[in-house]
Amino acid sequence: MNLPFYTQLINLLAALLLLLAFAMLTQRRILSLINLFALQGFVLVLSTLVVAYSTHQSHLYYSALLTLILKVLFLPWIMHRLIHALNVRWDVETLIDIPATMLIGIVLVIFAFNLAAPISQFAGTITKSTLGIATASILLSFLMMITRRKAVSQVIGFLTMENGLFFAATSATYGMPMVVELGIALDVLVGSLIFGVFFFHIRETFESLDIHHLEKLKER
Amino acid sequence: MELLLVLGVPFAGGIVLGFWGHREFAPELNSGMSLLTFLAAAVLTVHIIAGGPILVWHENFFVDSFNVFLVALTAFVAFTTSLFSRPYMRIELNHGKLSPNRLRLYHSMYQMFTFTMLLALLTNNVGILWVAMEAATLTTVLLVSLYRTPASLEAAWKYFILCGVGLAQALFGTILLYFAAEKVLGAGGSALLWTHLYEVKDQLEPTVLGLAFVFLLVGYGTKVGLAPLHNWLPDAHAEGPTPISAVLSGLLLNVALYAVVRSKVLVEGALGTHFAGHLMMGFGLLSVVVAAFLLSRQKDVKRLFAYSSIEHMGLMTFAFGMGGALATFAAMLHMTVHSLTKSAIFFTVGHAAQKSGTQIMDNIRGLIDSNPTIGWGLMLGSLAILGMPPFGVFASEFMILTVAMHQQPWATPFLLAALGVAFAAIFGKVQPMVFGTATAKRLPHPPALIPVFVHLAIVLLLGLYIPPYLAEWYRQAAQLIG
Repeated sequence: MNLPFYTQLINLLAALLLLLAFAMLTQRRILSLINLFALQGFVLVLSTLVVAYSTHQSHLYYSALLTLILKVLFLPWIMHRLIHALNVRWDVETLIDIPATMLIGIVLVIFAFNLAAPISQFAGTITKSTLGIATASILLSFLMMITRRKAVSQVIGFLTMENGLFFAATSATYGMPMVVELGIALDVLVGSLIFGVFFFHIRETFESLDIHHLEKLKER
Repeated sequence: MELLLVLGVPFAGGIVLGFWGHREFAPELNSGMSLLTFLAAAVLTVHIIAGGPILVWHENFFVDSFNVFLVALTAFVAFTTSLFSRPYMRIELNHGKLSPNRLRLYHSMYQMFTFTMLLALLTNNVGILWVAMEAATLTTVLLVSLYRTPASLEAAWKYFILCGVGLAQALFGTILLYFAAEKVLGAGGSALLWTHLYEVKDQLEPTVLGLAFVFLLVGYGTKVGLAPLHNWLPDAHAEGPTPISAVLSGLLLNVALYAVVRSKVLVEGALGTHFAGHLMMGFGLLSVVVAAFLLSRQKDVKRLFAYSSIEHMGLMTFAFGMGGALATFAAMLHMTVHSLTKSAIFFTVGHAAQKSGTQIMDNIRGLIDSNPTIGWGLMLGSLAILGMPPFGVFASEFMILTVAMHQQPWATPFLLAALGVAFAAIFGKVQPMVFGTATAKRLPHPPALIPVFVHLAIVLLLGLYIPPYLAEWYRQAAQLIG
């Protein structure tokens, strides 16, 4: 198999992305989780830049820049500030133990590749082989949201899912139209700010960020 | 021009009330802004009905008889709800449930929420529709958690996470849609415009579109409150301020359903089968049945009517899924009457809960003695929502059932049984609340109950007689999506 250089590079970065998604799934410490999130954002920027350079899609440079500012610099910075202010450096508790989570994760990846196979055969982009990885990382962050008990790690799972969606958009279609991407970025930004404010309210009210306090409203 | 006003007024209102929302005159300013929006929407509606669909601002906004009908409904209910919210929020302030700063947040977000819904309805761009829906979620999260009680924080968090994940699915669906469209329409903005997509719908790749629809239905379906994705809905309705319950039930669910219906038309065109319709019928029927059986277990009055909203949204989804001119006509009529009736019910329920100091139904008694207007409003509203003739809900439910009997006879027993169970549950709970022995106290501000009776009067009118121009308007829209 003799793939062009850029395709190999993109595949490598995609593999890194998947690896990082698994690393986040197994990471117990909240600080490392944030760093991994920033790193994943950085890999995403790199792969977007490679796609932009090799296919001459100039609008992808802007979305790479947007991702860099928002997901590599701004959001991790906010989250560092936040956990400092909230003074929480606890280890993350998971609902299922880590090895079992890993196994479920592997099953999800296989499922994702099967799901993506019929789609990527229609794709004309040089990145089509990475669509499976994008779908896999969306599902893995979904798993992370389900298995984590702390509000902060649920939010990181949510943002990771957004990373996966962004990667899917880049690999299937070279990115969404610019106006849509700007809108999505705005929503993500506003959403994370609200999340941040929310943490303080939850902490004030429950004196903890553990979401098992948030399981009172049930059908009785 | 009217379009600019329809979108600009609530946006400006959101900013202005962000500064002045805690002042003495803020509730009046809020109503004034909503009135302006409604007037602009009314003018826009008259233009569209007379002159046909328009496409403006580089094809970025698109108005036809289907979405203008929802725009008019949204602007109207947003206006009447703002009238209701004037005394309601003042009483909440007097009861010490919120601070002036929170009231400012409330007024600002109320306008922003109206803006995002109108944007979602009017935009021609599938991507912007998603952005507006997400923004609507964000504004309502702040509104649901307004009281900052443990329960309201929990409800808001659940709402945020569930709808966030749901909308992430919808975004994936949108990406897939763009992926299929880009092959035919070329890259760039035009490949996500509804008008362009409809023109080429039979050339789009069916496999990809089928998959995209599943994601779009699950994503926006979460916001419609379709079972089994409905968990956030009762909590968000019960814990937020009552005006917000009214607009959530009456408007936001409709807007989400609008997104599903638009996608359905597109996908059925591409697939040439009834795949999308069948999926919608399945989800719709499941929601009707699940909600009907959960109704009888409710203790909180706002949760009761939240479940009733799930039931009615399910019925509409089912009707839109069946397709055809008559079912679509009935579904749109049902959308209208459900919005009006449900918001009217929430207005009365809000004041009833304030009078009794609780939302627990066992402790709300004898409304007819303590305040006959609230009591009768709740009784008539409940009868209307339960599909009693001569109210409009009867007409639309009757039409939906008739079509179902012709096209999907297997579904009718389920629908009839669910409607019967819902009747028994709601009527059995509302009756003692209205006619029992009174326990209520006086309110510091006179409640605004005119909107309740205006809504119920329109619903009654629609049940007895649909004016010809309105029927023509619905028929146009039904043809568009049928």
